[in-house]
This record gives sequence, structure tokens and C-alpha cells, in this order.
Amino acid sequence: MTEPLLQVRGLRKRFGGLVATDGVDLDVAAGETVAVIGPNGAGKTTLIAQLSGDLAPDAGRIRFAGADVTALPAPARSRLGLARSFQITSIFREFSALDNVALAVQAHAGHSFRFWRPARAEAALREPARTVLEQVGLGARGDVPAGTLAHGEQRQLEIAMALATRPTLLLLDEPVAGMGLDESARMVQLLRTLRGRHTIVLVEHDMDVVFALADRISVMVDGRVIATGAPEAIRMNPEVRRAYLGEEVSA
Amino acid sequence: MARRRRALAMLAALAALAAIPLVAGLVNQPFYLDLFRRIMIFAIAAVSLDIILGYGGMVSFGHAAYLGIGAYAVAIPALHGVHSAWVQWPLAMALSGLAALAIGAISLRTSGVYFIMITLAFAQMLYYVGISIEPWGGDDGMRLARRSQLGGPLDLGDPHVFYYVVLAILAVLLLVGDRVIQARFGTVIRAVKSNEPRMRAIGFSTLRYKLAAFVLAGAVGGLAGALLANQTEYLTPSYMHWTRSGDIMVMVILGGMGTLAGPVLGAAAFLLLENVLSAWTVHWQAILGPLLVLVVLYARGGLWGLLPGGASRDD
Repeated sequence: MTEPLLQVRGLRKRFGGLVATDGVDLDVAAGETVAVIGPNGAGKTTLIAQLSGDLAPDAGRIRFAGADVTALPAPARSRLGLARSFQITSIFREFSALDNVALAVQAHAGHSFRFWRPARAEAALREPARTVLEQVGLGARGDVPAGTLAHGEQRQLEIAMALATRPTLLLLDEPVAGMGLDESARMVQLLRTLRGRHTIVLVEHDMDVVFALADRISVMVDGRVIATGAPEAIRMNPEVRRAYLGEEVSA
Repeated sequence: MARRRRALAMLAALAALAAIPLVAGLVNQPFYLDLFRRIMIFAIAAVSLDIILGYGGMVSFGHAAYLGIGAYAVAIPALHGVHSAWVQWPLAMALSGLAALAIGAISLRTSGVYFIMITLAFAQMLYYVGISIEPWGGDDGMRLARRSQLGGPLDLGDPHVFYYVVLAILAVLLLVGDRVIQARFGTVIRAVKSNEPRMRAIGFSTLRYKLAAFVLAGAVGGLAGALLANQTEYLTPSYMHWTRSGDIMVMVILGGMGTLAGPVLGAAAFLLLENVLSAWTVHWQAILGPLLVLVVLYARGGLWGLLPGGASRDD
């Protein structure tokens, strides 16, 4: 059997007395969309941060694309094809939307020790950035300062910046957080177009979004994965219903 | 549009500076030549600080260290009979760049208040080293036997020639600085200030770019120091004193952080105020202080931001 694209074994992270990640195992095959769900404080964002390299785990291994990346910092993982979006929108607010995406392109277009030619005049940075902006539906908003975009548009920009790094694996941390129904529906539409083209690990609260997108679901509670399986199996799992889905399903 | 206006304003300012020697000659006040040369030298130092402070968000409180190293790089060779500017000035830039490399490699691993304190500590350390080395003048400093020799008709002993050499260096710095800020490198530096975690997430190893900017700023600061030693024809460790770092920082903040013209304006405002006010009272800083507070409170873009067309930053 071929090795999964992402393989996590025995991942552990502790903040003082709080065990945020408690021996997590996770396999994600190439092309798969895996959702990680769980109540607030289950350790989902901490897991994403360790996968992206923003946080160093206390124990455990992370293998990505056949290499051990546990000790690699975030920029190195990004260059290997791992991209993340942030739960709390993280963009360059003073820069235009197009500039934001062009920066993500620039990060993967050779070094940036170039001191003379204006970056905005480099078609090799601007054209791919424009294409990605179109792809996420912000084609007409390229010149707008990112900080003044509507919330939903900023979330789309988050995705655009991740996509512009040409990732094989997308780590999406609550992509529809804080969105209205319309915006949320548009984001699901967008994410649907990414399924299959990219391998996706999706952390999300919104169950409609999760069931619309995920091939497989892992349920986290108190830093542990208590169940993994196909959406239907997870929906029926009594332990999961008790721990998490119960109130959401009845609501 | 705004960019073109800024470029025009910059050209106008440089033209005004170019006219100063004529005006000083007409009103028979050679002192102005000296004053504005000093302003331009500190403008070079302030612009170099602003590259890391204003554009890069690295609040270095030890920029005077490079000023001092640059001054020593002129005075020590001169002491041994080496007067060529072609030796002294590159040496000033290389040594201060090297010092910035060492200081940056350590201090850039910290951030916030720790970064401020470490850069301050390094500069003070160099200040005390300067004080303690008697052969190089110790606490008292030492006279510079003669100004750097550029060769040919460029005799810095001639106040006008010296003036225009400094003006040319400032003009080149502003031109090159503008290109660097718009180029890939400057874009990275500005984006790191805006959101460093995001930069790392999209694949930039930010430390190497911050360190490179730190070294560039240090090297240019060293050049300003070399010019300052020529200006005063004197070397003193007090060029490295932390209050001097504070002065340069005030020039940047007063003039407008994150712009190239701002620090030039700030240096002019600071030194002109010092000049005018200190004629009235030795406590001239008691007037400068509240002025700075007003600028910080009510004019975030500094004096440059108050000018029409100057409000938007050079991005």
C-alpha cells in the first residue's frame, strides 16, 4: 500500500497543565478531503498549527509527501507544498488584494533578494495572482486594500493566498467562520471546486459544510481523535453523538 | 498619481537643498552651509534607520552605533596616514554592516521591548568600548587631521564641494531606496511588518530578509558616520551614545515613518529647531518634547504626512 500524503503519529502538545493534543494519529491520502470536527477547545486549531509548522509538537511524528517534516519550520513546509488558511483572518491589510496574492506567488518564485525591479511590474508574479483571484471570485476586487474588503471577501482572500503557493495539501481552519448564509454557501461552492484537485484537511464547526465536503471525518474531543470514518458512519456513531453532534443535530 | 506627486516633492526638496549654498553665499552666512550639510548627513542616517524602523517595523534603538563605527573607520585610518575616502568610506560601510550582522543575528530572534533593549545594549556596549580605548582618543575623542580625500577636484576641504558630495549621496540613497522599497526585497520587508506569521505561512523565511535589511541599514548608517566625522573633523565616542540613537529615531518619527522623504524632513526640522531654540535656551528639548508628543498624537504620518499629497505612504 502506498504511504498516505500526510501521516501523523502520536502527536502530543501540552500547554502547562492543558494537554491540547493527546496522541493524535491521522492519515490523509492524496486527493482526499478530511474534516476534523470537535467542540470548542478540542484542540483542532492546535493540531492545524502543528501540521503547518507554526507550533512545534512535544512528541510524535509528522510525515508529508514521504518525508519527515516534524522539525521543519512553517516556511520550509510551505515550500514542500503545504498551505494553511487561518481561522482568524490573517492578511496584509495595508496591501491590495492582488498584492496579497502576488506575495504568496513571490514566496514560491525564487528568492526575493532583488533590489531594483518593482515587484508590481513583474508579470510572473501578477498574472498568476490575478488568475487565483479570479478563481476565488475576487477578480474585480484586486485593487482594493485588503483591510477594507468585506469579511467574506477577506475569507476568500485567505483561500486565494493559500492556493497561490500551489499547494498539494491545504489546511483550512474554519473557512466559513463568521460568515453569513450567502457568503458561506459561496465559500462551500469554492471549496467544492478544490476537492480532488488538492488534498484538504478541513477544520470546521458548521456541520452542513463538513457533510457537504468531507470524504472522511475525524472527531476530536479533549485533544484526542475519538472516531474516524465516512460522514454517514460518523453521523450514526453513538459516542460522537453524545460527545459532540447531539445538540447540533437536534438544533 | 500620489507616487508622482511624492517624486516631485522629493525633487523639489533636493533642488532647494542644492540652492542652499547660493543662498548662504548671497546673505553672507556660510554657517547655513555647515548647518544644512549636517542636516543632510543626519538625513542619511535617519533614512537608513527608517528602512528597518518605518518599513520593516524593527524598532532598533541602537542606530548610533553604526554612526560611531563609521566615524572610527575614518579617524583611525587617518591617524595612520590613510586619508583616501575610497578606503575609509567602504571600510565604514563594511564594518558597520558587519556589526549590524552580528547585532541583528542575535537581536532579531527577539521582538518587541526585548528587541529595543538588546539593540540599545549593543550600542551602549560599543560606546563604552570607544570610551575605554585611549590610543583612539578615549572619552575625549580625537581631532581628524584632515578630511577624507576623494581625489581630483573633489576636495572636501572646500565647504561647497563637501556640501554637494553629501547632497549627491543623499540623492542617490533616496533614488536607490525608492527602488529597493518597491522591489521584491522591499515588498517582503513591508509585508513582514504588516503580518509576519502570514509571511512565514506562505513560505518566506523572514529572518534572513529582516537581517539583510538590518545590515543594509547599518552599512548606510556607517556611511553617515564617516561623513559626520568629516563634518565635525572630530571623532568622539558620544556619536554612539544612546541619546544620539534617540535623536535619529525622533527625526524619523517626527518626519514620518515608512517614507523616504519623512526622515529627511524630520532631520531638517529637528536640527533647525535645535539651532533656533538653543539660541534662546539651553533647555530647548523641553520645547521639542511636547512637539514630538503632538506629532505622535495628532499626526501619525509625521510632518511629511501633514503635507498635501504626503499622507499616503510609499507603498
